[in-house]
Amino acid sequence: MSQPFRLNKVGLINRNKKISFTFNGKKLFGYEGDTIASALIANGIHLVGRSFKYHRPRGFFGAGVEEPNAKLQVEFNGHSEPNVNATEMELVEGLSATSQNCWPSVNFDIGAINNFLKMFFPAGFYYKTFMWPKSFWYKIYEPFIRKAAGLGVASIEKDKERYEHKFEYCDLLVTGSGPSGLASAYAAAKNGAKVILAEDKPRFGGTLLTDDVSIDNLSGKDWAEKIITELKSMPNVTVKNRSQVFGYYDHNMLVMFERVSDHLEKKSKFTPRQRLWYIRAKETILSTGSIERPIVFGNNDTPGIFLSAAAKEYMKVYGVLVGKKPLIFTNNDSAYETALEFKKNNVEPIILDTREEHSSELIDEAKSKGIDIRFSHGVIVANGYKKVKSAKIGKLNKDKNSFEKIETVDCDCICVSGFWTPSVHLASQSGNKLKYEEKIDAFIPDKKKQHETSVGAANGSFTLEESLKHGFENGSNLSAKIKETKTEISIPNVNEKKYGAHDKFWCMPLPKNENPKRFVDFQNDVSVSDIEIALREGYRSIEHVKRYTTLGMATDQGRTSNLNGLQLVSNIENKIVPEVGHTTFRPPFTPITIGTIVGREVGMEYMPTRKTPMHEWHEKNNAVFVDAGAWKRPRYYKQGNETLFEASKREAKNVRENVGICDVTTLGKIDIKGPDAAEFLNRVYTNAWMKLPVGKARYGLMLREDGIVMDDGTTTRISENHYHMTTTTAQAANVLSHLEYYLQIVWPELNVNVVSTTEQWAGAAIAGPKSRDMLSKLYPDLEVSNEALPFMGYKEAEFFGVPSRIFRISFSGELAYEINIKSDHGLFMWEKMMEVGKEFGNQPYGTEALSTLRIEMGHVAGPELDGRTIPSDVSLNGLVSKKKDFIGKNSLGREAFNVESRQKIVGLIPIDRKSSIPEGSHIVQDQNAKLPNPKLGHVSSSCWSVENNNPFSLAIMKDGKNMIGKKFFAVSPLKNKSIEVEVISSHYVDPEGKRVRS
Amino acid sequence: MLYIKCPYCGLRAQKEFSYGGDATVKRPNINEEVSSEDWDNFVYMRKSPRGKHIELWQHIAGCRQWIKVQRDTATHEIFQTAKVTEEIR
Ligand SMILES: [Zn+2]
Repeated sequence: MSQPFRLNKVGLINRNKKISFTFNGKKLFGYEGDTIASALIANGIHLVGRSFKYHRPRGFFGAGVEEPNAKLQVEFNGHSEPNVNATEMELVEGLSATSQNCWPSVNFDIGAINNFLKMFFPAGFYYKTFMWPKSFWYKIYEPFIRKAAGLGVASIEKDKERYEHKFEYCDLLVTGSGPSGLASAYAAAKNGAKVILAEDKPRFGGTLLTDDVSIDNLSGKDWAEKIITELKSMPNVTVKNRSQVFGYYDHNMLVMFERVSDHLEKKSKFTPRQRLWYIRAKETILSTGSIERPIVFGNNDTPGIFLSAAAKEYMKVYGVLVGKKPLIFTNNDSAYETALEFKKNNVEPIILDTREEHSSELIDEAKSKGIDIRFSHGVIVANGYKKVKSAKIGKLNKDKNSFEKIETVDCDCICVSGFWTPSVHLASQSGNKLKYEEKIDAFIPDKKKQHETSVGAANGSFTLEESLKHGFENGSNLSAKIKETKTEISIPNVNEKKYGAHDKFWCMPLPKNENPKRFVDFQNDVSVSDIEIALREGYRSIEHVKRYTTLGMATDQGRTSNLNGLQLVSNIENKIVPEVGHTTFRPPFTPITIGTIVGREVGMEYMPTRKTPMHEWHEKNNAVFVDAGAWKRPRYYKQGNETLFEASKREAKNVRENVGICDVTTLGKIDIKGPDAAEFLNRVYTNAWMKLPVGKARYGLMLREDGIVMDDGTTTRISENHYHMTTTTAQAANVLSHLEYYLQIVWPELNVNVVSTTEQWAGAAIAGPKSRDMLSKLYPDLEVSNEALPFMGYKEAEFFGVPSRIFRISFSGELAYEINIKSDHGLFMWEKMMEVGKEFGNQPYGTEALSTLRIEMGHVAGPELDGRTIPSDVSLNGLVSKKKDFIGKNSLGREAFNVESRQKIVGLIPIDRKSSIPEGSHIVQDQNAKLPNPKLGHVSSSCWSVENNNPFSLAIMKDGKNMIGKKFFAVSPLKNKSIEVEVISSHYVDPEGKRVRS
Repeated sequence: MLYIKCPYCGLRAQKEFSYGGDATVKRPNINEEVSSEDWDNFVYMRKSPRGKHIELWQHIAGCRQWIKVQRDTATHEIFQTAKVTEEIR
């Protein structure tokens, strides 16, 4: 197998290692060190995809991150990835790449008919064409656009790869290892600063790898290698290749995307595929270089048309010719280096230079080598459909708006250079406003907003000498400021070719009666005429023009198109470019994988799992768990083929008839200590707390300052200055912050300390008429009578030798106790309870039965305390003290809180006593009323009342108790149900609360 | 992600903190009469300045102290942080 476009012996690839791969099913090979792009070009393949809108054939245009066209679907290491940039992805054995956005194949693409129907696809075509009729959008337009335009296909398989996040801190982050970046990193490292040097490409050195220069008598490449080797040996320096700093965030935090192992044939199980670095840098050097911009001409998107520097990079780095009959089309001297490189490899280029005949070091060298140079010339239109075959070229008149002579020349590639655009993305992201630099027709960073310094080409300095000097100085000064030491470094001698002035020329005129497409933005298919239309239609702001035409909105962020687009707008509008302004640069600079963003936070690691000490027992006993925040709680304990409904009914019934135990470890617990603890509780809770005796618990209600109920729970006075507060599972963290807020900020004079003890205690509730009998067996030495341990009583006693706390409190409405024991003994306690409880018919019950028990008792919980209810809405106004002040009290007087018709808690039962009422149902008068049907309230909690053996619900309803006895409909369009219901009291079982006191 | 200097722990990443709103709002004294207007101002009315703003943050994943942070709401620049008992001017 021969590679017709591979040069002998040239380049930095490893010719000893062949790598086979496929492209659109065709078997090919390349070498280690190739990108997919360089390997394909070596094989003479240029047609890689179809354009987004017109499905025009597209080839490679760049050699790196600037590439707008060559996005492929790539399969490797067992996964399939869309939109992979072929100019960046390194070749690995067995890789298979396919073209995107073409059907049935890249060579014959049905969508290409769009190219002949382009009158239907002008600027804003999405807005215009697909707007009407509305009903067509979902059924016809959208599926069509999806199928015809979609880029790659995302895999629906689970991503088996490993991704990591890393946090790093440094004195100086250097983004880019070109000459200025290397110099900065080196100088800073010599001052002892902690330096991170990041390079996007696999090879360090940037333009030093391709430019014909020497530094201290070493070639650019060798000098780069020397510096990198030294940096790598220094303990204070981290050097990273394949790492793109893509985002500049607040307070000098930069985010970097490292491609760790995609290029490796084999890797260990725990090697991540990609790694996301969060880097907090004291100072940042932006040495991101510059990107060549094209000159706009007819059919400038034909495969075989390259940026001139990319053509040079393919030769010098990969040993690959982009063509054997090149046309070099330029407005500046840099493309002459590409021409000379062709010549060196025995290929005869023709240079078309838009400038008038003149001389410079490079022009003279090209002339002396006998290269055909045609001044005042340019490419008018490229000929050829799937590959450039020839070009119509023209000699420009003095004003460069018409032609003196037009001819056609044969060629197989066109290398175009319209001068250089500094990569200012990161500077802009940092908040730097950028300024227009007339000298280079481009934007460069202006005043700093953060600790960033742009050096070298990124700052508009295009000579090596200046870049190095700039780099050494800034690296040295910035690090000296941090480290307070300074090591003198002598700036090396540089040998480089002097460039002449460039021509401020960016777009070829068209001869009369010719109208080929001239593309400004390749990836989004935006042409000169699209931008003209947008301006004709009245779009003025560059941000509006961008959105209407989609200029610069593709994944390449307009790297090669933004400035030409601005030039065009400023020409038409007769404004200068800085007046038009530029659009905003946003992270990420390059597309990154979702996997990298997610990192290790997948599956079990998505969030922490909190398990109670009894979890193991629950698992062994067929508990079905439910998530309560991060906690896992048993929802029910499945016996045989029981359903959730059957099991929860059984468990709840057993509590009402015998006794049950429930794991309540997850309740929030807060220890409150200090001489002012009672006063503090008195301010936090709505009810009175000053007279609670030691050894007693009290139910408390706390509000937000706006009067809305925040949380409820019991608090127990353990000793004189020591209280134990419980909160709901969901509000535990919020309540602690709330208490800390008042203690630290509002009432710092109160001598009180609070600390969470949720994790320290395991808790079990024993509930049911037989719970006292069971308790006395658990504590044989303790007096547990109603007199000795009354409702809301508290005792400390040893549980089989282990200290424990006994609270006589109830959530189920039954006679009940809660036992707390140090977490370590939680499982022991639970197992002991199961053992001792046998004779009383004890069964464990889960959250579903717990809900049933509290709902039929009319106890409110999260669904009622939903951030909209005040105490009187949920029948808790008895707990609101009129005598004392507390958090939120003043808000309770608000007018809206006191209107009679306010929605308040009621109970609902279905008229048929059979149909369960879905939670979330709306309560309406007339189920058949015209929409919108006036809503009178909603169903907050539903259960099957085990006491009355029929469904029962709590609802928050207009006019509250005044509605008792009336009939309504509970409608749930979601469940497609409408149930006739009767309003009753919310206290369905034991309304007097006799049982808890029995 | 902001970099916030906790007066107790030093510079820490924003993800260790939670936001607590305007630090200049003063709660009316407990057990004292307050007009509806003053109360409503305290509960609901907040300035939303573009520029310097003194606000509360709590170092929830650290020392759990509430702190004062003077921040530019437009640029996120942090000028000063302080304990809640200290003044920011
Ligand atoms: Zn702290």
